Amino acid sequence: MKNRKLALAGLLGAGLLVAACGTSGSNSTAAAPGGQGFTPPKLDALAQLGQLEGQVNVLAWPGYAENGSNDPAVDWVTGFEKETGCKVNVKAFGTSDEAVSLMKTGQYDVISASGDASLRLIASGDVEPVNTALVPNYADVFDFLKNRPWNSVNNVSYGVPHGWGANLLTWRTDKVSPAPTSWSVMFDANSPYKGKISAYDSPIYIADAALYLQTHKPELGIKNPYALDDKQFQAAVDLLKQQRPMVGEYWSDYLKESQALKSGDAVVGTAWQVTVNLTKSEGAPVESVLPSEGATGWSDTWMVSAKSPHKTCSYKWLNHIVSPKANAQVAEYFGESPSNPKACAETKNKAHCDTYHAGDAAYAAKIHYWTTPITQCLDGRTDVKCKDYGEWTRAWTEIKG
Amino acid sequence: MTTTLDSPRRKASAFLYRKPRLRLAMLLSAPALWLGLAYLGALAALFVTAFWHTDVFTGQVVTEWSLDNFVTLFSDAVYRTITLRTVGIAALVTVITAVIAFPMAFYMAKFASPRARRLLVIAVMTPLWASYLVKAYAWRSMLSGNGVLHWLLNPFGLDTPGYGVLATVITLSYLWLPYMILPIYAGLERLPNSLVDASGDLGARPFRTLRSVVLPVTFPAVVAGSIFTFSLSLGDYIAVKIVGGTSQMLGNVVYDNIGAANNLPFAATVATVPVVIMLAYLAAVRRTGALDNL
Repeated sequence: MKNRKLALAGLLGAGLLVAACGTSGSNSTAAAPGGQGFTPPKLDALAQLGQLEGQVNVLAWPGYAENGSNDPAVDWVTGFEKETGCKVNVKAFGTSDEAVSLMKTGQYDVISASGDASLRLIASGDVEPVNTALVPNYADVFDFLKNRPWNSVNNVSYGVPHGWGANLLTWRTDKVSPAPTSWSVMFDANSPYKGKISAYDSPIYIADAALYLQTHKPELGIKNPYALDDKQFQAAVDLLKQQRPMVGEYWSDYLKESQALKSGDAVVGTAWQVTVNLTKSEGAPVESVLPSEGATGWSDTWMVSAKSPHKTCSYKWLNHIVSPKANAQVAEYFGESPSNPKACAETKNKAHCDTYHAGDAAYAAKIHYWTTPITQCLDGRTDVKCKDYGEWTRAWTEIKG
Repeated sequence: MTTTLDSPRRKASAFLYRKPRLRLAMLLSAPALWLGLAYLGALAALFVTAFWHTDVFTGQVVTEWSLDNFVTLFSDAVYRTITLRTVGIAALVTVITAVIAFPMAFYMAKFASPRARRLLVIAVMTPLWASYLVKAYAWRSMLSGNGVLHWLLNPFGLDTPGYGVLATVITLSYLWLPYMILPIYAGLERLPNSLVDASGDLGARPFRTLRSVVLPVTFPAVVAGSIFTFSLSLGDYIAVKIVGGTSQMLGNVVYDNIGAANNLPFAATVATVPVVIMLAYLAAVRRTGALDNL
């Protein structure tokens, strides 16, 4: 461990960090892919496919690997099983942190990792590089999603981009008026919705506060909500501490939030599109918006476990999940933008890709994708140290009090 | 007949008869292994882990000894707050369940007919057969802003407490009530009726009998019940996640440190807090004789 830390520091000195422009919109076009200032363990990608192993253990966000057991109409797993003979065992996780813990057990072959998990998985050697030549559908994937700082290191791809979306501002249209367009309704000390606010329960939520401060307190100089020095971090933590008494409850289970929105215990909150769709389908009047400050969000990557004994089935799964048909089904069911442009022709709702701005790189750039905060500032600053995820976690316990 | 005397079975039993220590060792080896390895071993492993730490980036456990975790635990005010809140909730739950359970157990043990008594015992046990989660979520919808409690209390100018510490206390009291009723019921059943009669014959009014005869005799049973309700509340993290609003208990810190931060060592450090509290509590109640009653 010590050696790795030394290596980290050494690389930092070598100025590799200039490349690490992270995910903030304005910088992302200039960002050289990968360079996060650390050297992942040396692992080789699979050279060629072998015999199908008969099964694959999938670790996925809820709604990413549906086999018809939740809703008979929603199934893109059974067809894959019949076609390849790879039985798919799905385990759903609730948060990125849970995913990282589960992945360490070595029991899973593939994972749909968000950006706040992927770097941790890469650094610890839990996932290995992916030979994209063995994934034929990879060629179709939008170029602006490939080799980004959260799915590659030093131009080596660690997975297949799956889809992306934003953590939206959601509200009950009958209880909240006028319709909010800013996160102020959740962060302003005088918000009229005190006690009825629902916020995301994860250390990564600190980035939402930082993003708010980026617009509302420009003097702090926050450029990337995942790269916070002492002062910026403290400001975000203070903002969240001020918000806490106004929060009705924190959610990590999207079903719990949906229920709170339905019963009116929460009238405004941060939510995923899938939560909004679900709550709407059950009759509650809710709407959502990408607020003026922008939003945090996710850009997910399917990755392969370094310890997987089912590599061929894993690659087949990677190829299947970004195939036009399956990619369209996931994107529509979960409520996100697909990663494969050909998926847009396969969606049931033909407006889906327009609604979710698929392929709209400019819109995608407004979303600040979850990225693991590390000591090396992801916005390229080398004169200060940034707070790492361990400190984010400790602060989160303190915020909740 | 001689064949049976020389049979291997017979020989073995004769051998064991001559070696009482071996007999004892064989009888106790399975429970001793269980207690020693699975139970105390796990506790020891927990305690050892508490002195390690994790690499924050990769999340791997680093097996270097340090007291850093304990320093954090004692220096950060937030953990003190959470510990106090948890102990407060556990104490309140214990008092509430004791107050509700005592009359119930008293009626069951002393007044109910044998048939009614059987039905009541079954009624008390029934909730134990249902899933914890279902019961906790049922309280979530009851305590909701437009739930049953709101509907019931609104005509009287009151309202549901909403989600928070109070909701947690209510839910936990409901969940652990049977664990309090049953020990008190068992204790009261052992109280001879003649003692109560004698107290009355000597001129004591009912209240005096209750205070001077019934309560002292059943106090150890109440303490026995409190060990259950107190320790179960101390370790709970699910109910507070479901109805606790924004508040957290020690269990949540443990859970978050494993589930979110993947920091097993610090979770182990926090987990020693309820163990220490429970040991202190047990040491305190040992004097009451409650432990003989378990």
